[in-house]
Amino acid sequence: MARWSYPRPSSSEITPRGVWLSRRRLLAGATLGMAVGTGPRALAEALHTRPGPFQAAEKPTPLEDVTHYNNFYEFGLDKTDPSTRSGRFHARPWTVSVEGLVAHPRVWDIDALIAAMPIEERLYRMRCVEAWSMVIPWDGFPLASLLALAEPLGNARYVAFESVVRPAEMPGQTGGLDSLAWPYVEGLRLDEAMHPLTLLAVGLYGETLPNQNGAPVRLVVPWKYGFKGIKSITRIRLVEQMPPTTWNQMNAAEYGFFANVNPDVDHPRWSQASERVIGAGGFFGGGRRKTLMFNGYGAQVAGLYGTMNLRRFY
Amino acid sequence: MPRLTGAGRTRTLLPWRGETMVLMAVGLLPAALYFWYGAHDRLGPDPVNVFERWLGLWAVRFLLAALLVTPLRVVSGISLLRYRRMLGLLAFWYALMHVSVYVALDQQGNLAVLWHDITRRPFLMLGFAAFLLLLPLALTSNNWSIRRLGRRWGRLHRLVYGVAVLVAVHFLLAFKTYNATSVSYAAALMAMVLWRGVSLVRARIGRAGA
Repeated sequence: MARWSYPRPSSSEITPRGVWLSRRRLLAGATLGMAVGTGPRALAEALHTRPGPFQAAEKPTPLEDVTHYNNFYEFGLDKTDPSTRSGRFHARPWTVSVEGLVAHPRVWDIDALIAAMPIEERLYRMRCVEAWSMVIPWDGFPLASLLALAEPLGNARYVAFESVVRPAEMPGQTGGLDSLAWPYVEGLRLDEAMHPLTLLAVGLYGETLPNQNGAPVRLVVPWKYGFKGIKSITRIRLVEQMPPTTWNQMNAAEYGFFANVNPDVDHPRWSQASERVIGAGGFFGGGRRKTLMFNGYGAQVAGLYGTMNLRRFY
Repeated sequence: MPRLTGAGRTRTLLPWRGETMVLMAVGLLPAALYFWYGAHDRLGPDPVNVFERWLGLWAVRFLLAALLVTPLRVVSGISLLRYRRMLGLLAFWYALMHVSVYVALDQQGNLAVLWHDITRRPFLMLGFAAFLLLLPLALTSNNWSIRRLGRRWGRLHRLVYGVAVLVAVHFLLAFKTYNATSVSYAAALMAMVLWRGVSLVRARIGRAGA
């Protein structure tokens, strides 16, 4: 795969993998008893991941914050609901269906899919539409790799994604005022879906994706607002028409289909020019930083949009 | 005036004169606690947002409590009139802290962003208008103003129902979806406004018929 010239983090800014692994090993050792001969390497390869080509230049958000500050309305409206209310969710067994306008439709078993794909780590910025941001080391594979196996037909122009509906395991799906229409659906233009930055994540921080982060497989599109990253995917369908997307249907004036991170196009209720940095610690957190066009991935993705009016197609 | 069906007897919660000052201090504890948490990195990964929303929520709670005093007296005969000024002032103090955190901690004093926000975003215009309307009410929440303004004091303080409407909409807009919290607080505020409206109309009809 081509390596893109993207600013890599200076090594001093990142907690070395071995360090946080050994921390975790110490924690595990405290409860389980230290297994003789089990080095950090064994845990590091829990997902057989390796560093991928795209890396953000920032320090990763602490694992604790990445897994305890989530928007996942299937489990509830509150940021802490996904971590506290996802215990009954079963991410195995799981299948992902690739269907629609493809030469080779297939229903994948999730573990077969993970075994078939080269899993790599991508340290991506994540910008939420609510004007906060994280930096997350995802583990996954490019969506393009999966779509290539399915061979999209010539008339396929969009990719439609569908999430799971399990009210018995997902308390946010049992109705009520704050309920969205289920299943959660998302979509990408085919060229966006085929872009090498677009990732299907099956893990983070080198370990299997926790329920609250969208287990067992979720979409990560780092130049778009976080809500485009549909979680717990069950169906990937190649289609000809632009598919409906959940937040756009909920409130079209506030959430567009494209949802590219754009500091110049505000949300009607707040500015998108800057973002709160999550998990910075200290006195009332780390303050704000300027939001970058395409979340800093403009060099890679601006070409996808050419002269398109990004204010109109927000 | 609404008919008083209850005894209208004022009950005191604590037996000494500094009572309202003590209760005011107690009312400020939620803010103090969360400030301490935020200053010591114990408000989670997005502390400013948590603190800002916490202060707004308590402003709504105290506003609602102040508005509940009269209906409670009419319906149950329990009069907390003695505490109404304190409740209203607590709503104001929380609103002031809420706005201050928005200006100083959230937007970090960026005047361009602030101006843009309060001139173009209905969500923030509503909230800011509610805060501005609270100002004259807070400034005249003292015995001297009541004596000085006479009948006008009562009319001035009807502004609180305007504040309630603005706050109800602002509160609903503070969430990405309608939810049990936002809808129940907004509905409670609107119920207070409706109750007051119905009482006024009834009083007028009563006077006209007399």
